[in-house]
Amino acid sequence: MKAAAQEKFAFNKENEEVFQETLKKYPTKMAVLLPALWLCQKQNGHLTDEILEYVAGRLDLSPVHVYSVVEFYTMYHRRPPGKYHLQLCRTLSCTLCGCEELREHLAKRLGIAPGEKTRDGLFSLEEVECLGSCGTAPVMRVNEVYCENLNLEKVDKIIEMCKADKPLEEEPMGAH
Amino acid sequence: MSPRIISINFDKPDAHKLSVYEASGGYGSLQKLFTMPPDEVIEHVKNSGLRGRGGAGFSAGMKWSFVPKDTDKPKYLCVNADEGEPGTFKDRKILQLDPHMMIEGVIICCYAVGIHTAYVYVRGEYVKPARRLQAAIDEAYAKGYLGKNIQGTGFDLDVVIHMGAGAYICGEETGLIESLEGKKGQPRAKPPYPAVIGVFGCPTVVNNVETLSALPFIMNEGWQAYAKLGTEKSTGTMLFSISGSVERPGVYEGEFGVNLWDFIERSTGGVRGGRKLKAVIPGGSSSSILTADEARSTYLDYESIAAAGSMVGSGAIMVLSEEDCVVKALEVVARFYAHESCGQCPQCREGTYFISQIARRIENGEGSMEDIEKILDTCPLLMGVTVCVLADSIAMPAKSYIEKFREEFDQHVKEKHCPYRSAERKSAVL
Ligand SMILES: Cc1cc2nc3c(=O)[nH]c(=O)nc-3n(C[C@H](O)[C@H](O)[C@H](O)COP(=O)(O)O)c2cc1C
Ligand code: SF4
Ligand code: FES
Repeated sequence: MKAAAQEKFAFNKENEEVFQETLKKYPTKMAVLLPALWLCQKQNGHLTDEILEYVAGRLDLSPVHVYSVVEFYTMYHRRPPGKYHLQLCRTLSCTLCGCEELREHLAKRLGIAPGEKTRDGLFSLEEVECLGSCGTAPVMRVNEVYCENLNLEKVDKIIEMCKADKPLEEEPMGAH
Repeated sequence: MSPRIISINFDKPDAHKLSVYEASGGYGSLQKLFTMPPDEVIEHVKNSGLRGRGGAGFSAGMKWSFVPKDTDKPKYLCVNADEGEPGTFKDRKILQLDPHMMIEGVIICCYAVGIHTAYVYVRGEYVKPARRLQAAIDEAYAKGYLGKNIQGTGFDLDVVIHMGAGAYICGEETGLIESLEGKKGQPRAKPPYPAVIGVFGCPTVVNNVETLSALPFIMNEGWQAYAKLGTEKSTGTMLFSISGSVERPGVYEGEFGVNLWDFIERSTGGVRGGRKLKAVIPGGSSSSILTADEARSTYLDYESIAAAGSMVGSGAIMVLSEEDCVVKALEVVARFYAHESCGQCPQCREGTYFISQIARRIENGEGSMEDIEKILDTCPLLMGVTVCVLADSIAMPAKSYIEKFREEFDQHVKEKHCPYRSAERKSAVL
């Protein structure tokens, strides 16, 4: 019987092109580390050990450098997040506008604490620091989408939308 | 009404598109720019009095003049779009609503300093603003405002977006530089300053998004027109991000020198729900708190706010009403700095955590009077001793929260719970 070939990670064709283009924009290979990690995360959803070794190889960096950099930043996932990764802001303006209540509500509704993922893999919850949208507090990022001016009803609606796999849209940004 | 310089296009539909920007005179400053010798542009910006809007408020023209002229190394511009200071949300507006104004500013800065590559370091969460900016950059290349031989002048400039990945400290200019180089964003000891040794070992200007966005006006209308606005030492206007317990939070452009509370009230409609004002944090979470009386009697400019013991910082004004708890505010702010310390200085690494733990204890009704003193004793140990000022950024506010609202801290200890929350409920903070 043929052993199932373990598929090795490599950039797909499109990402390889982006990677090559990115290399040209910097005077050192090391500077491409963050962009390369972003590309890998886009392709694979999270960053495995194998991917980190791959990136180290592609950029002539020591693997330990790559590991330590990845650990330093909060947005690289070492484990697969939920299909919908909820990042709820917990900093001052959002606190003044009621984010703690939203956090408790979310945790209860999803049955998970911040840092955890639902069993079905649909949601993961993370508490994050100021998202730079304090004027529309409380705020939560769902994958790449900013959900602003939140209240309990809106949060419930977002959860329903995600469950129904309907795309979330950002509110149009006002002049203020 | 304050004059609008940076936010002038914010309410125009599709202002992020090149055609709309051009129709309102956008990129018009370049004609004048390229007829001026670079040194003259630096003088021009110096004379305008424009100060950095990222937090430190340093003269932009002065900073550029520190970049050595006789170097054979390439020079770089790093645009600071990391916008991480809690309470600040104005750069996101610029990137999303009027990215071309910043790009025009980038061209002005790079021409003046002799820079041919600019990296825009955008915080990782700002995916949509970064897309907007990239689209604008692409349009600018296509129209010959960027790239090789800009507008036939022989001047070349490339602009590259670099996405951060979630770390407040990468907003500190040398942390940003380390991060851009592909490392952990741990700040460097200064000197040398980035103007001499910055990114890739080369002379580097680091400027905030908003600072650069003020340049087209200064070139178009002249430095005199800019310097005429505001006060003698705080010239021009600034985007103030106003949030917290106000009726209409948002980004409001204001001319320096106005009364602080008047400005807040006029812009946002005052404290939410007709409540009473308790306090104002005027310059981001790194700034010291002002009491209601202080906020009413202080003017909004660098010198007046400094005289009141705080700072303009990034222009992030946070308002606390009579129903907001100052101990809670300290708990949340201290947790932020403990979370964001890069960890290389022991005083910062341990001190931020220590303060945040004690603040939590007090907020939870489990603190003692001694605990309050412990925070006050710790603050001076964090000031002026670390590689960057993140440690000061918790020490200063913590001290001010306690000194100005001591009775609230005492009350938490005596009543053994937070008076702003029903007694059975603990702080929900983990
Ligand atoms: C801890 C820390 C965080 C900072 N974060 C930011 C930031 O997010 N954005 C910014 O423009 N400046 C930030 N700064 C200020 C920068 O170090 C630097 O002064 C600024 O980018 C210079 O640009 P400017 O002169 O145009 O303001 C931060 C400083 C410190 C100490
Ligand atoms: S003061 Fe804190 S954040 Fe700044 S360099 Fe030292 S440890 Fe890092
Ligand atoms: S405090 Fe939540 S977005 Fe700034």
